[in-house]
Amino acid sequence: MAKKAHIVGVGETRYTKWGRIGEVTEHALACEAILTAVADAGLKIEDVDGLASFAEDRNEAIFLAAELGLPELRFGNMVWMPGGGGGCAAIANAAMAVETGQAEVVVVYRALCQGQFMRFGDGASELPGRGNGDSESPPPPGLLPADSLLMAAMGFVMPYGMITAAAAFALPMRRHMHLYGTTSEQLGKIAVTFRQHANRNPRAIMYERELTLEDHQNSAMIADPFHLFDCCLESDGACAVVVTTAERAADLAKRPIEIVATAQGAPKGYSFGSFTNPNIADELYATGGTAALANRLWEKAGLTPKDVDVAQIYDHFTGSVLMQLEDYGFCGPGEAGAFIDSGALSWEGGSLPTNTHGGNLSEAYMHGLSHVLEGARSLWGESCCQVEDADVCLVTSAAGVPSSALILQGH
Amino acid sequence: MSERWFPDSMPQPMVDKESLPWWQAAAQHRLTVQCCDNCQYCRLPPAPICSECQSNKSHWEEISGKGTLYSYTEVHRAVATGQTLPFVIAIIQLDMDGIGTGNSVRIMSNIVDANPDELEIGKAVSVAWETMSDTVSLPRFKLLSSS
Repeated sequence: MAKKAHIVGVGETRYTKWGRIGEVTEHALACEAILTAVADAGLKIEDVDGLASFAEDRNEAIFLAAELGLPELRFGNMVWMPGGGGGCAAIANAAMAVETGQAEVVVVYRALCQGQFMRFGDGASELPGRGNGDSESPPPPGLLPADSLLMAAMGFVMPYGMITAAAAFALPMRRHMHLYGTTSEQLGKIAVTFRQHANRNPRAIMYERELTLEDHQNSAMIADPFHLFDCCLESDGACAVVVTTAERAADLAKRPIEIVATAQGAPKGYSFGSFTNPNIADELYATGGTAALANRLWEKAGLTPKDVDVAQIYDHFTGSVLMQLEDYGFCGPGEAGAFIDSGALSWEGGSLPTNTHGGNLSEAYMHGLSHVLEGARSLWGESCCQVEDADVCLVTSAAGVPSSALILQGH
Repeated sequence: MSERWFPDSMPQPMVDKESLPWWQAAAQHRLTVQCCDNCQYCRLPPAPICSECQSNKSHWEEISGKGTLYSYTEVHRAVATGQTLPFVIAIIQLDMDGIGTGNSVRIMSNIVDANPDELEIGKAVSVAWETMSDTVSLPRFKLLSSS
């Protein structure tokens, strides 16, 4: 069997609240993050021969390769798993590329400048169906042509006001509460725990901002049951991860982190998940939809949830973490509320320290690629909330949409 | 004039060849589902082939517009100018009235005229059409228990 690919370097730019980075372009930020990650690995940009990304990236690999001066681009890859579901899949594809000899050093990157482009919290504001929204005296509603599968899917639900991720993921969360008695306070404990981690992380946008459960409960309702502090940050910045072969990893600057197992995908009939699909199977509706890929992941790794020392779980919303705890088998269906009540997610004494960087909720929202950076750091001993002797880390991407995940091991 | 709950500035339908017949029926206040000619499996949103038997032959069946509330969210941020807040986005489990195989079909929509305290998963609902224009009508839903 071919040797596994490894993560050998990570890097990011500064992270800010959305709209705060205007002096440089988004693709310049991507280049900065890539160069930082390459330097972290002890490599030169001339060593890079592959670029991989996800989530309809505006910063196409072909242009970045030219701007960065790569001697030759041998692998340029984009994941189909939408939005934040594809972060771990981009790492998986980079790993496949180096394991099969398509390329030797592949950098996975993500740059977001929500002030220069659309703000995520505004939802699908760029879609043509929104055309009426800014006008005081709009033309009569009509049927607009959908020019892609995504537009057709969105166009079937947008007239009801379904344009934000908060509303999309509130629907399965409400049903989870109905089925299992899960509470808003349990969601709030997730937000508070990750904030406590971010309060130790100088990179975190919320580094100096404390959050109490009372603050969470008193925060504005966005899409019931999600309060403001159930929703992730909207951020500007960029980050990158360097993936290479076992052979090349052996004599670089840092101890290589093995990409032990990867999995990506979606259940039958899932399409764009809870965003556009009211017909997700009943048994999957109040879940993250990631149980099947989680099972494949554990099987491929030869590990179980009990083997995980630290987890970086995608948190666009608190509920995403709650549902993934069940999907990935850290507790049974409906049991995540009690699991959270036990303090499990806390770096301080928790049984499953999670999002030790503060996550999307409190460090920065980089479409979840920042979770991979923290996964590597938590195994290098570089985390601001370092779990002692951490060896196995689970990293996941967005739940509620087609998704992906990794198991990293530091050995 | 039918009753209005949402302003003209709401996001508009985006339609392709598959979904156009659904919107044309909706404009006549007929709620339809697409059913496979071969295996009778029913589906929404409209799609070119059946996910169960891959047949590309289908027809449209009109349903009653009755159903139950499967899930919902009360949204507190406007998506359009002049919108009344909060508004409720809901998933409706449609009564299939013996049509097709009887498989589950749900639709995303809104609950209108409901007090938030009345919202409860499992409650019975019924369609309430909102005529947005000559070409666009939308199936909103009301709780059957509300007046």
